[in-house]
Amino acid sequence: MTVLAAIRPDSWNFPLFLHVLGAMILVGGLLAGASSLGFARGDVRFLRLGYWSLLAVSLPGWVLMRAGGEWIASKEGWTKKGVPSPTWLDIGFLLADVGGLILLLSLVAGGFGVYRLRAGKGAGLLQVTLVLSVVLLGAYLVAVWAMAGKPA
Amino acid sequence: MSFDDWALAVHVLSAFAYVGGVVLFWALVVAVRREDTPEGTIRMEPIVKVGNAAVGIGAVGTLVLGIWLAFSVGSYAIWDFWIIAALVLWAVSAALGQRTGAAYMQGMNKAKELEKAGQAGPSSELLVLNRTSSGVVLHSLVSVAALLLLLDMIFKPWA
Repeated sequence: MTVLAAIRPDSWNFPLFLHVLGAMILVGGLLAGASSLGFARGDVRFLRLGYWSLLAVSLPGWVLMRAGGEWIASKEGWTKKGVPSPTWLDIGFLLADVGGLILLLSLVAGGFGVYRLRAGKGAGLLQVTLVLSVVLLGAYLVAVWAMAGKPA
Repeated sequence: MSFDDWALAVHVLSAFAYVGGVVLFWALVVAVRREDTPEGTIRMEPIVKVGNAAVGIGAVGTLVLGIWLAFSVGSYAIWDFWIIAALVLWAVSAALGQRTGAAYMQGMNKAKELEKAGQAGPSSELLVLNRTSSGVVLHSLVSVAALLLLLDMIFKPWA
């Protein structure tokens, strides 16, 4: 059992809370977005619901998760120069940052997709958003496993 | 990774599934408020099933693995205040969640009833059921309970 989890100093709790809360909101938004886009079957209302779930829920969740992550990492001393970071933290940072870029990409594609829906055009770009959000959901579940299980 | 490390990882993943489901239901709570047609309401059913699966898997996973960890990890005991508080909050959240589901199922059942009767157009009665204020209050309480659970798990009061 990770000793760190059992004897964490109290001053680490609040940044950790913000980090985990943000990650949970992010995953919830991705779940809502992917489900709405996946079951929309061309229905404009559900395509919009899926896109707005990603924009209004996942994106703020990502910001909170990333900011909280940076804060708790600095509190734990992992961001100091010369301090080697553990594997689980590398996995977490990599997936958070690459995932953030993919989230932005999916939001840009989805934004154009919603714009095209207004013009009565197809929902192809929102299909791209769906695929990217499913990929992100999988990646963030791996990140949660790595952060919680802390593999060597 | 030891078995306990795996148990903790799956316990946390279960918590993410649970809160993910709660967030998904918030999206549906907002979306259903504008639905006054049986077709639009019924089309939400597959998304509701995803939310139910996430909440169900999350609730069982957090409880079973949480109890396992309470007994397995030497520094924790099942009678620790924060663990008892978590069990109480879990039970409260589950009970409130069931009542939330029942409140929103009234709209879904009405929509199916209207569809069976061949009434495909907008229904003010359906809109009232979909805008259930008790459902919103209950889901808010579920969310507060989930937030308190997360605070309890991280701050571990009197541990």
